[in-house]
Amino acid sequence: MSAIARSVRPFASRVLSQKLPLAAACRVSPATAFPRGSVRNFSQSPFMELKKYTESHEWIELAADGKTAKVGITEYAAHSLGDVVFVELPEVDAEVSAGEPVGAVESVKSASDVNSPVSGKVINVNSILEDKAKFINESPEGDAWIAEIEVKDASELDNLLDAKAYKETLGDE
Amino acid sequence: MSAVRPLRRGPLRQTQLYDLHLARGAKMVPFAGFDMPLQYSDLSHVESHKWTREKASLFDVSHMVQHELSGPGAIELLMKVTPSSLDKLGHNQSTLSCLLEEGTGGIIDDTVITRRTDETFYFVTNAGRRDEDLAFLEAEISAYKQAHGADSIKWTILEDRALVALQGPLAAEVLQSYVHGSGPETDLSTLYFGNCRELYLTLPDGSRTPHPLLISRTGYTGEDGFEISIPTAGSPSLPAQVTELLLTNADQVRLAGLAARDSLRLEAGMCLYGHDISTAQTPPGASLGWVVGKDRRDPATANFNGASAILPQLASPAKTLSQRRVGFTVEKGSPAREGAVIVDINDESRTPVGIITSGLPSPTLGGTNIAMGYVKQGLHKKGTEVGILVRNKLRKATVTSMPWVESKFYRGKA
Repeated sequence: MSAIARSVRPFASRVLSQKLPLAAACRVSPATAFPRGSVRNFSQSPFMELKKYTESHEWIELAADGKTAKVGITEYAAHSLGDVVFVELPEVDAEVSAGEPVGAVESVKSASDVNSPVSGKVINVNSILEDKAKFINESPEGDAWIAEIEVKDASELDNLLDAKAYKETLGDE
Repeated sequence: MSAVRPLRRGPLRQTQLYDLHLARGAKMVPFAGFDMPLQYSDLSHVESHKWTREKASLFDVSHMVQHELSGPGAIELLMKVTPSSLDKLGHNQSTLSCLLEEGTGGIIDDTVITRRTDETFYFVTNAGRRDEDLAFLEAEISAYKQAHGADSIKWTILEDRALVALQGPLAAEVLQSYVHGSGPETDLSTLYFGNCRELYLTLPDGSRTPHPLLISRTGYTGEDGFEISIPTAGSPSLPAQVTELLLTNADQVRLAGLAARDSLRLEAGMCLYGHDISTAQTPPGASLGWVVGKDRRDPATANFNGASAILPQLASPAKTLSQRRVGFTVEKGSPAREGAVIVDINDESRTPVGIITSGLPSPTLGGTNIAMGYVKQGLHKKGTEVGILVRNKLRKATVTSMPWVESKFYRGKA
């Protein structure tokens, strides 16, 4: 086995089994965020944007209660993946950390982790996707969300990209 | 999901059909040093895969390396570097074979070799192994020339040729409609799998192609089909002209890219070099023992590279091989892909007993997860249940015979 693992893999042929880790993309460092406190609480901000994006093509939308959020993959990601054939959903009650996998989406040619944009606890999963993975291609940013999360700290959303900034990251792809 | 940003070593090469790919909406990716189409905008990967199984698809495989080896020493040289009975091939017959490393018998590359005449051979090797193959052949050929004279062998890399593959149940009907002329040689119903013929096609203006095309009935999808080698001397646009011609009827033939090519070949149980086979395996070690010619297995006379390592493996595989290449059907859920570790399903400590080298949900089998890999000798028998770890979850899998989708090679009527 190790012999196989060691074998030289011509780079290019890896394209056929490419693994596209969502985590690979750089994230906005939390350290650069403006410190948030009671002075300007996220959930009280009149200008807050409820829907944010990651550079690795996940979206998160905070509910009106400011405590729970739905997470999914972007239109761009769904289109890039092509026909999604399987979605791995997390366990309800699982604790997730920002940047850690909260599920996975698989097309015929590749598997990609879906990373949670923020930390929290999974309170609900979109079980439609268990039987109908292709739903992700139809409504990736709508009804085909992947998990609902009880957000630990809503201010983590401040570090994510807004729609305009996310769109800009796609410019060169 | 972030788009893969590969390390690029130098600029990517383009095939003769590069502009045509872009014009037809190809998504291009780096592959084996070339900028190659992954898929086209008219069909998704799964649609293109199914199109090939139901109609016909055209693949640009011009990145592959086409060679011609001729001269009185050509057959002796090729029968040293491969274990095939090339002396038993008739003219214009071909066989799948492997280039073997001296001593170890490790697979340097897989190749299809065609005997064109007694002393002339045409063969095709993988683009991803170009550097290794050329260095290997260069060394073998120059050693042969030293012993037998500079005129004993002439080796030409056919750089100016394009290569396209027309694959699928409609391939023969479509190609036949463009074959030029009327003699018996123009009848594709007498061109059987593993044979080739030089034929002209009729271009839209009624003229024939300026060169004959070398048409081989073969492929990498499990379907009936052809690989068509297209010369370009004096007519650089001939590959594009032939491609456009074959694409004339969009209800029959569509372009297909690397994505469909990979899922089609896996369903057909075919190996992808660098994934399923490498220099770490000999042909028997890769369950490709059949490439060793029946009349080349006598230890007293066998003289191909690695014979002393390979012949005992053929004679007593259970004693000499620690692992076997087999197919698996994996339970519903996450597909097991390259790199996934195989474990003994009864072993709670999950000690690895093998590794997956290719795997995906099979489009033809409605998404059933199929995979190819190496498993410990003893666990390789058909029906054996094993576990495969996918993202740390144990998936049940069963050793299955390959191919998963029956091959439909055209062998004529018996």
